[in-house]
Amino acid sequence: MTTLLEVNGVSVTFDGFRAINNLSIQIGEPELRAVIGPNGAGKTTFMDIITGKTKPDEGRVLWGDKGASLLGMSESRIAQEGIGRKFQKPTVFEAQTVAENLGMALKQRRGPLRVLFGRDRGSEAERIAAIAAEIGLADQLTRISGELSHGQKQWLEIGMLLAQDPRLLLVDEPAAGMTPAEREHTTDLLKRAAETRAVVVVEHDMEFVRRLDCKVTVLHEGSVLAEGSLDHVTRDQQVIDVYLGR
Amino acid sequence: MRQGFLAKNPSVLWFLLLLALFTLAVTLMAQAGLVSTSLVKTLGKTLCLCLVAVAMDVVWGYCGILSLGHMAFFGLGGYAIGMWLMYARTEAIVAENLAARPIPPTPQEISDAIGSQIFGVVGSSDFPPVWAFAHSLPLQLMAALLVPGLLALVFGWLAFRSRVTGVYLSILTQAMTLALSLYLFQNESGLRGNNGLSGLQNIPGYGHVPQSTISLVFLWASALALGAGYILFAWVVSGRMGSVIRAIRDNEARVRFLGYPVEGFKLFVFTLTAVVAGLAGVLYYPQAGIINPAEVAPIASIYLAVWVAIGGRGRLYGAVIGAAFVSLLSSWFTGGSAPPIDLGVYVIQWTDWWLVLLGLSFVAVTLFAPKGIGGLFDLITARRPVEEERVGDYGPDQGAWRRREGQEEA
Repeated sequence: MTTLLEVNGVSVTFDGFRAINNLSIQIGEPELRAVIGPNGAGKTTFMDIITGKTKPDEGRVLWGDKGASLLGMSESRIAQEGIGRKFQKPTVFEAQTVAENLGMALKQRRGPLRVLFGRDRGSEAERIAAIAAEIGLADQLTRISGELSHGQKQWLEIGMLLAQDPRLLLVDEPAAGMTPAEREHTTDLLKRAAETRAVVVVEHDMEFVRRLDCKVTVLHEGSVLAEGSLDHVTRDQQVIDVYLGR
Repeated sequence: MRQGFLAKNPSVLWFLLLLALFTLAVTLMAQAGLVSTSLVKTLGKTLCLCLVAVAMDVVWGYCGILSLGHMAFFGLGGYAIGMWLMYARTEAIVAENLAARPIPPTPQEISDAIGSQIFGVVGSSDFPPVWAFAHSLPLQLMAALLVPGLLALVFGWLAFRSRVTGVYLSILTQAMTLALSLYLFQNESGLRGNNGLSGLQNIPGYGHVPQSTISLVFLWASALALGAGYILFAWVVSGRMGSVIRAIRDNEARVRFLGYPVEGFKLFVFTLTAVVAGLAGVLYYPQAGIINPAEVAPIASIYLAVWVAIGGRGRLYGAVIGAAFVSLLSSWFTGGSAPPIDLGVYVIQWTDWWLVLLGLSFVAVTLFAPKGIGGLFDLITARRPVEEERVGDYGPDQGAWRRREGQEEA
């Protein structure tokens, strides 16, 4: 397992509030990692920094084998580098069909002229169908995605991430609002995805994290409080005090 | 599963068919003397307005950029072609006058004579630098497309790069067209200030051809341009490109996280539509005969948005219907053809009250029929995603669309 992402001494301040405080995390490839922590611990800001939405005040974010810095790149450039993100609220393009949503996410050249002239290669339809089968939406391809249920939208968004074929997948609370059966399916999806790439899951739900069965990082007030297996961190006195004990 | 472009977009074929029938019918009626030359010109001009409305629909209805400055590009195209028309025609007249002299005129004398003819009205006789290419039709035609394109490219690059969106962008585009119009109003702009360019209906070298024939030629040219522009934009907004453009309209940030350079896409759409607007201007102003800075005033671009809104955003034929319907109705009302209504205590003169009526219809369409006139087509086509008999909500779970939402959005 080689290091894919290295976050080093990163701090962010919003209007005097220190959302991230000297945070350092390393993610390997392949790896499944769960990030937990109470509200306001900086979980979402952590993802914002990696994906380029928020620029940190100090620190380094290094990426890939060559250790390129992500801080100078635009959001779209970072996504092209191979970092995919799933938001807390399912954000699929509700006015478009499932197939159109997946098609847009497919890994390919992203420039306007490429998109305009590089149309409809036959293999794309097959790839879309394969991903739809993977996320269990094979018979919903022609539906407008706004019509899908909440759980189906979450899967569609995970499917869009898989279609992007990223090296690092950032997933924000994937199980929120899902039924137990849907959760199980989601766990399987994430575990399978983590066999070949790095997957970081931000989650509130301990039961869900336990099912993921992976290394856990606990965030608190913008920095790492503890790291290790779930059993290890849940025995940590500090963690119990700030998070579990509540 | 794979279909041709036209098979997937049946409305394009219908549109082209209707456009061809319309053009043929007008031509035949004009030759039979049933349609006056001025009406042919009005119809030809309307086709140009439809073309710029289609461009506006792509930039607003599909890409979500409410540009209130696209008539500036239209006007720039008009000015570019107008410069050649004026120059070439004045040159012919001057050459004819000077030829009667005993000594043949030098090129400098000819140039001076043309200059004083064109710029005498603003008290000057020198050619400003912007007229450098006015002698050449190909160069001015290129300018008619390149100048709007370049202006859109630079303006769009600055605006989109700074992530200016929504109402702020609309205000910026208004500022752009206002600035252009104020600049052109100055005599120093070199484009004859508030006089504008006139006599554009006289095509140099074709003085012997009657206007009734020229008007038909321009009608056909406008119809061709509208047809070609319609196909071009239908192609741009279909397939993957269309997907991305509509996605930018709905959630720009999400598109960025998919890896698409959103600014590049916006810039592409903005510039392409500006070039097409310039082309529409090239065909419009020889039919109108005159162009002046009022044509690029902010209100012109607002009208454009009103046409597209009334016709129905997000569908190309809606823009065509809106532009044709509202602009024809507008010339009927303001042309004095509409009979005044005598209320006893007050007589409604439509020349005064038309704008009030237009404003009220715009508000009514926005409030009660957001899909515009084009929405009527949903009633007769199969574009009804919600089955009538559906009773429950869309999905089995929380967060699924409720029945009402589905009907409103789809």
